[in-house]
Amino acid sequence: MKKNNTNQKINHNISVKNEKVNLNAIQKEKKAEAKSAFNIKNLVILLCIIAGYFLLAYLVEYRLNRQFKSLIVPIGANIILAVSLNLVVGFLGELSLGHAGFMSIGAFTGAIFTLNMNLPGNIEFFLAIIVGGIMAAVFGFLIGIPVLRLRGDYLAIVTLAFTEIIRSIINTLSLPAGKDKAGELIVKKGAMGLSGIETYANYTWIYIAAVISIIVVVNLVNSRQGRIITSIRDNHIAAESIGIKVSRYKTMAFVIGAFFAGVAGVINGHNLSSIKPVDYDYNRSINILVFVVLGGMGSIKGSIIAATILTLLPEVLRPIRNYRMLMYAIVLIAIMLINHSTWKSRLQGNNLLSKIFKKEQVSE
Amino acid sequence: MALLEVKNLGISFGGLRAVDEVNLSIKKGQLFGLIGPNGAGKTTIFNLLTGVYQPTDGTILLDGVSIVGKSTAEISMAGIGRTFQNIRLFKNMSVLDNVKAALHNHEKYSLLAGIMRLPLYYSKERQMNKTAREILKVFDLDKEENYLASNLPYGKQRKLEIARALATRPKLLLLDEPAAGMNPNETAELMDTIRLIRDKFDITILLIEHDMKLVSGICEQILVLNFGTELANGTPEEVLNDPAVITAYLGE
Ligand SMILES: Nc1ncnc2c1ncn2[C@@H]1O[C@H](COP(=O)(O)OP(=O)(O)O)[C@@H](O)[C@H]1O
Ligand SMILES: [Mg+2]
Repeated sequence: MKKNNTNQKINHNISVKNEKVNLNAIQKEKKAEAKSAFNIKNLVILLCIIAGYFLLAYLVEYRLNRQFKSLIVPIGANIILAVSLNLVVGFLGELSLGHAGFMSIGAFTGAIFTLNMNLPGNIEFFLAIIVGGIMAAVFGFLIGIPVLRLRGDYLAIVTLAFTEIIRSIINTLSLPAGKDKAGELIVKKGAMGLSGIETYANYTWIYIAAVISIIVVVNLVNSRQGRIITSIRDNHIAAESIGIKVSRYKTMAFVIGAFFAGVAGVINGHNLSSIKPVDYDYNRSINILVFVVLGGMGSIKGSIIAATILTLLPEVLRPIRNYRMLMYAIVLIAIMLINHSTWKSRLQGNNLLSKIFKKEQVSE
Repeated sequence: MALLEVKNLGISFGGLRAVDEVNLSIKKGQLFGLIGPNGAGKTTIFNLLTGVYQPTDGTILLDGVSIVGKSTAEISMAGIGRTFQNIRLFKNMSVLDNVKAALHNHEKYSLLAGIMRLPLYYSKERQMNKTAREILKVFDLDKEENYLASNLPYGKQRKLEIARALATRPKLLLLDEPAAGMNPNETAELMDTIRLIRDKFDITILLIEHDMKLVSGICEQILVLNFGTELANGTPEEVLNDPAVITAYLGE
């Protein structure tokens, strides 16, 4: 009898707790109805972006030591990767393990481009980013067209294989790596990778690239096309029944994701100055997926935060070298727990940033 | 000419003849009932009409044009909207977005306009919000527009599904057991709403129901299905008095 009683109590507690959680989730943020792009909210965002840039510039120029300075570009690149993968995994609902492969295509295309061109630095780098992104997008299209027609987790398997195949293909290729002093074309074995890539990627470039990719994904998700993409995730049969051409929009989201992975690859290559095919294996895809899962599927803000923390973490933990991976694992678990606790939503409710970025939350 | 003309419709799943030699002729503006016991093939007919399944035999003409072989999305664009027996909402989207998603073929703007937030984006979005809210209002769902679809109570989820189907502006609306799981009060209210939308939106409705009494209350014509074949076809009185129907429904 007594035992029974406690059970009931526990049950009661659980249901009360659930109710609380539900109340937080029950109502979606009301979207502000703006008449044009020139509204107060966008103005505030623009000011924040500009202020953010000056803050970053100040930190890099006056405050950060070399170790942290060297992390700015990787953090930005990981943000681009996480946000674009979230479009595919979180919003479209397709599991892709191909982001490292697309990154690799972008990195090598971009590096070959700048090694062989003789344009002014910034123009050359800008074009390399575009070319690398487009090349990755083309491969995304070629994979997406046949695979996204299928139902089930085929995409995960195919993209996993794709990443490994791209690596082996680049390994066997001969890559043109610019001209030597005598004007002869230098040809490098793919497996050796490329080196001597100009390190164009600085904090200004990565800031612009990351901000643009975030804006593109956020705006996409909150548009007609974004609604179509999330409706496919939620129920593809119902989506078809309201006239949505499912495989077309799946391919659209996947190709856009691939494009930004390619962009991140170009930036990565022009940060490191030398790249090898092995740098872009499936482990890297998994790492990017970890950003997305920990940040929360369908949460852009979460992807940004997770990518930042998890890029900084290994460096912060460097002094306790032996326990580094252990600490890394503990932090991963902690983030997961926080994600599922109530005070995350409490935090979200009262902070200014979340009010400004309301729109992002709509699809959380 | 009838809006929907179905002749000799049939489909086999392996050895099972789920639908056999079914004929349907639904006039514009009609409220047509499709009834029959569980497993009679009613939902299968909906799936055939919407291109989810391809018929093994027969023809389907919508406004005189064959829709056999078209994809589900194409059939939706040709003018058939539907709901599902087991509710299929976009659960993690808001109530408003569920309806707006269905407006995608009517208020269009390009990917670029959406990403760049061009003026077209704002004008089309506003138009969509307006239309979606008008439709939600008909179903008394306008106050819940910011709720997640999955957080609506069951009866309202059924209504939202009808609202979403209506947003595609169908000529013909297929409702698969819209009153399933509702209490008698909710059911009566829903039937009023169905009649209302037929008049307000000027559409034709094909309605699947389990309950013979309910259908005969609002439908002008009824097709009774049993084991995939037609048992009776006519006005509610004709059907209710048909000996074959009485036998099938009440047993020997
Ligand atoms: N995809 C399918 N594969 C095999 N059998 C099916 C399929 N869809 C429906 N059936 C069968 O067809 C018959 C009719 O089903 P259904 O149309 O769902 O009946 P109801 O009249 O209750 O809606 C049932 O015997 C069902 O098992
Ligand atoms: Mg059924």
